[in-house]
Order: sequence, then structure tokens, then C-alpha cells
Amino acid sequence: MQDDAVPDRNVRAYQAVRDADDFALLKKRYKNFALPWTIAFMAWYLLYIVCNNWARGFMSTKVVRHINIALVFGLLQFVSTFVIAWLYGRHANRKLDPLADGLNAKFKRERRR
Amino acid sequence: MNALIIPLASSHPGNRNLTIGLFLAVVAVTLYITYWASRHTKNASDYYAGGRSFSGAQNGLAVAGDYMSAASFLGISGQIALYGYDGFLYSIGFLVAWLVALLLVAELLRNSGRYTMADQLAYRMRQKPVRTAAATSTIVVSIFYLLAQMVGAGTLVGLLLGITGDTAKALVIVVVGVLMVFYVTVGGMKGTTWVQIVKAVLLMAGTVLITFLVALKFDFNLSKLLGAAAEHTGKGEAFLQPGLLYGKDLTGQIDFLSLGLALVLGTAGLPHILIRFYTVPNAKAARRSVQWAIGLIGTFYLMTLALGFGAAALLDTGKDSAIAKAKGNTASPLLAENLGGGAGSAGGAILLALIAAVAFATILAVVAGLTLTSASSFAHDLYANVIAKQKVSEKQELRVARYAAIGIGAIAIALAIPAQKLNIAFLVALAFAVAASANLPALLYNLFWPRFNTSGATWSIYGGLVTAVVLVFFSPVVSGNDKAMFTGADWHWFPLSNPGIISIPAGFLLGVIGTLLSKETTSEKRYGELEVRALTGAGAER
Repeated sequence: MQDDAVPDRNVRAYQAVRDADDFALLKKRYKNFALPWTIAFMAWYLLYIVCNNWARGFMSTKVVRHINIALVFGLLQFVSTFVIAWLYGRHANRKLDPLADGLNAKFKRERRR
Repeated sequence: MNALIIPLASSHPGNRNLTIGLFLAVVAVTLYITYWASRHTKNASDYYAGGRSFSGAQNGLAVAGDYMSAASFLGISGQIALYGYDGFLYSIGFLVAWLVALLLVAELLRNSGRYTMADQLAYRMRQKPVRTAAATSTIVVSIFYLLAQMVGAGTLVGLLLGITGDTAKALVIVVVGVLMVFYVTVGGMKGTTWVQIVKAVLLMAGTVLITFLVALKFDFNLSKLLGAAAEHTGKGEAFLQPGLLYGKDLTGQIDFLSLGLALVLGTAGLPHILIRFYTVPNAKAARRSVQWAIGLIGTFYLMTLALGFGAAALLDTGKDSAIAKAKGNTASPLLAENLGGGAGSAGGAILLALIAAVAFATILAVVAGLTLTSASSFAHDLYANVIAKQKVSEKQELRVARYAAIGIGAIAIALAIPAQKLNIAFLVALAFAVAASANLPALLYNLFWPRFNTSGATWSIYGGLVTAVVLVFFSPVVSGNDKAMFTGADWHWFPLSNPGIISIPAGFLLGVIGTLLSKETTSEKRYGELEVRALTGAGAER
């Protein structure tokens, strides 16, 4: 492993990246997306489970012909999963990757010094 | 229809010949892939991580192929055919779970780990205890899952080929076991990945075809399909509403909540899924793989609605029907036969054989992934880093990995054959519960909690593992009723079939307690490096 050969240089380079303003920004942007969305989809999913258990009358309400709220709610879980996956990809491509690429380059520079 | 095929398919043995022919074709293709992969496997990175050379889309297909077991292909559509709406609920937990993997785990793990789940923990902790714990839970989860698949394979292939004897089923288990060991020892991660990709393509193609045929029958009208299913089963609107399968009383409702938690939190802690993220060149590709997997798996589960309700609308799924006796597992293949023109028709025979072959490919791809995962963890974590204390050449380590695959295959065969008569369907849910209770807390704390240390990691892994296994051992799925694993005895005191609601919080809590009880500080110092590495990919394995 390359890391073992130059431990001191690695430690210094990691420290340099960690101290960079861009790293703090990257961390903030990542957490500000990942945490609220995780809480949101977990709450949305648990609401669905809870309704299946304890709100069956509501879930059995017909929306149109044989399609009831339970099925629509279930299908919306699919929609929300697809949408959040797409949103995260877009966020990462635009806001995270450029910062990460820059910091990666900085790490390589620092290690060569 | 082709005149040549009619005599072949018109009688039952003819159907069987066609099915066997397609099974052999699946075996031939996968063996060729394995042979090809073996010629391109030279070092540890090739063997464990497929040379990290797969693209996001390729790995997305492989992840889907690794994840969608025969249980979800035949099982979920079968549950829908028997219980309507409630049968659909499993798949929603299975899908939403991927957001945990996407947002919190996949990229960070790719950047900070190497070959196994333990690598990522060992980065900032004491090697020996952490690797032993992570390897233990990896192997336990994989063997539970593997055992469920192998026993399922015996029954399923038996059903698909129309053989019923115990010896024949045991023979199927042995054949499946030998094949999976061969893929893993010879083809390594490259071979296994391509087998999973081929399987995913076959599975999607087969499912799209059946879904299209169902849709054609019901004028592409979902409501019409649901109405026909409700009417044909005689259960009416209740068939489309919650309550036929889950949550009949308060215990059942809490049990369902517990299952829902384990499903949504388990996926991101399943070792055979986690190691797939190492097969791509960087975090961006890991992200793309999960996005692909979400698209594929989501589309597939949506199609199981057509398969399940289609079977309910067109076939006999009553209490004494053949489908009910096979616990719904034959609903999809029989639906295919019906759509092709019914039993005895050439089209029916061809579609039935095709779907049976898809199911067979599905089984092979999943068991190969599980065997590779446990063998890798044994060789890389236990042998190279704990037993031999890193004083071992790469060549030796890979030799041990191959022997381990043979050993695990032998254990799986030896356990699966006597387990055939037991009801062990709960093992999949247990694997998810252990993954969520033991692995996920350790992974998340390691990535996001600087203070987390060796003691915390071992406490959460062993604590979550033991809690989940002990609770299930004393639950109604193991003893105390006629649907349990052991029907003749009763030692159960835990009321729920799924331990998640207790064992998941226990795993997280024990991780905190273990951490606070230890004064270790090196782990916190190394956290800075881990964080940089995980978020930026600086110094990640290439």
C-alpha cells in the first residue's frame, strides 16, 4: 500500500486538506443535503407503515374505481425514492464533486511537497 | 408456432426437456463467463474487487442482480397473488432502503475502504478486535442468507422441473452449491459480477415480457387488473386493502413495524451489497451504481404488481390451489404458462421454461455473491490480518480465499440439505435484522462520529448480532406453533417474528455505551484522515 511508505507525508497532506476552507464547505454541503433528506424519507416511509397498521379505513378509501389510497401511497413511495435519488445525484454533481476534485488535487500536491 | 417445438412441448416430459435445456444454457453461459474472468484475474484487487474497473451502469446491474433474489422474484409476486396489496409491502421497504445506501454509505465506503466491510472500520481502529467482529457478522449474515437461498433453490428448481423427491432436491442443492463455489474460486469478483449482470438482464427482460402480456390482457388499465383480481379471488375489495397478511392484532402490527424497520435499515448493512461498491473506480461511479440499482429495482418491483395481481386474476390462487401450497412461489411461472396459451400449448411451455430459467439464473447469481463475500472476509479479515498478522503474501491470501469459498460452499450444502424440511423462510428477514442491528450502527458511527472507537465498534457489532439472533431464537418463527422451524417444541417467549424494533436500537445504543466506556484516543485522531478520505476520495484505493 502506498500509504505505508510515506506515512508522515500522508498525515501532513490529510491535515492540509482538512484545514482548507473548501473542505469545511464540502462537509457542510454534504451534511445539509444528506441529513434532512434522510430524516424526510424515513419519516415518510414510517408514516406509510403506520397508516398500513393503524389507519386502514383511510387507506381503503377509493380514489378512482379500484385504485385506493393505500396503493397510491405505496406508489408515491416509489416516486419519492426515484426523485430523491435523482436530486441527490444532481446536488452531488453540481455542488460536491467540483469541491472534492479540487481537494483531491490539493492532497496530491501536498503529498509531493 | 414453430411446428418443431410442438411435439417437444405438448407433453409434460417435453416441457421438462425444454426447461432442462434452458437451465443447461444458463449454466454454459455462466461457466464460460467464469472461465473468461479467470484469465483476467491476476491480483487481489481483481479477485476481491473485480479490478475496480466496472462502470456505474455495469455495477448498478450487478447490484440489482446481487440484491433481487429468487425470494423477491418469485416470492413477492407470489405473496401478491395470495394476499393482494399486503404482498406488495415487502418491496417498498426493499426499495426505500437504497436511499440509506445512496445518501449515507455507498460513496463514503468506496472512498475509505478496500475489499471488505471491515476494512473501513479497521482504518481508524485496532485491527484485530474490529476485523474479528466485522468478519463474524459478515459471515453470519451471509450464511443465513445463503442457507435461505439454497433451501429455496432445492424447492424451486424441484417445482420448476417437476421433481419432488427429497433426494432429487438434495441433488439440486449440491449442484447449485458446486456451481457457486466454481464461479467464486475460479472467476472471483469479475466472474461473479458478470454472472450477476447477465442475471439482471435476463430477469428484467423476462419480467418486462410477462408484464407486457398481462397489460395487454387488461387493456393497459391498472384498475381493470385490480378489479379482476379482487373478483376472481372472491376476496373483493379487501384484496386491494391492507390487512390480509400483516397486522391482524396489536402484536402483528408491532411485528410489521419491526419488519419495516429491518428492511429499510438492513440493505445498507448487507456485506454482499457493501463490497459491490469497491468494484468501481471512484465515488462518482459508486453513486451512479446506486442510482442505476434504484431505477432497476424500483421498476422491477412495480412490475411485480402486474405479475402478482395478474396471477390472482387469471389463475386459481384459492386455499387448496397448487400455488397456495407452494406458498405463492409458482405464481409467476404458472402465469407465464397461462399467458403463453395455457398448459399443454407450445407458447405456454416456452414461456414457462423461460421464466424457470430466469429464476434459476437468479438463484445462481445471488448465492455466488454471498459465497464470495464470506470467503473474502474470511481470507482478508480473519486470515491475513488477524491470524497471520499481515505477514502473508497476496498469493497466499488469495489461496486461502479460494479454500474458504470451498469450505463455505461445503457448510452451506451440509446445512441446507437437512434444513429442507424445516421452515426457514425467516432467515432472510433475520439477515436484514442483523445487518441493520450490527453492521449499520458501526458503519454510520465510524463515518460520522469522531469519538467512536474500537470498543464501541465491537459492542455494537456483537451486541446487535447477539440481540437479533437470540430474540429470533426465542420467537414464534423458531418454536411454538405449526408454522415454526421446530414444530414439536415450544420455548418461545419473545412475541414478535422480527427482532428489529428491539435489536436495531440495541445495536445503536450499545455502540454508544461501548465507546464511552473506553479511553482509547487513537481512533479519534485518525478520524480526521478518515473524514477527508471518505468525503473527497483523497488517497482512496484505485
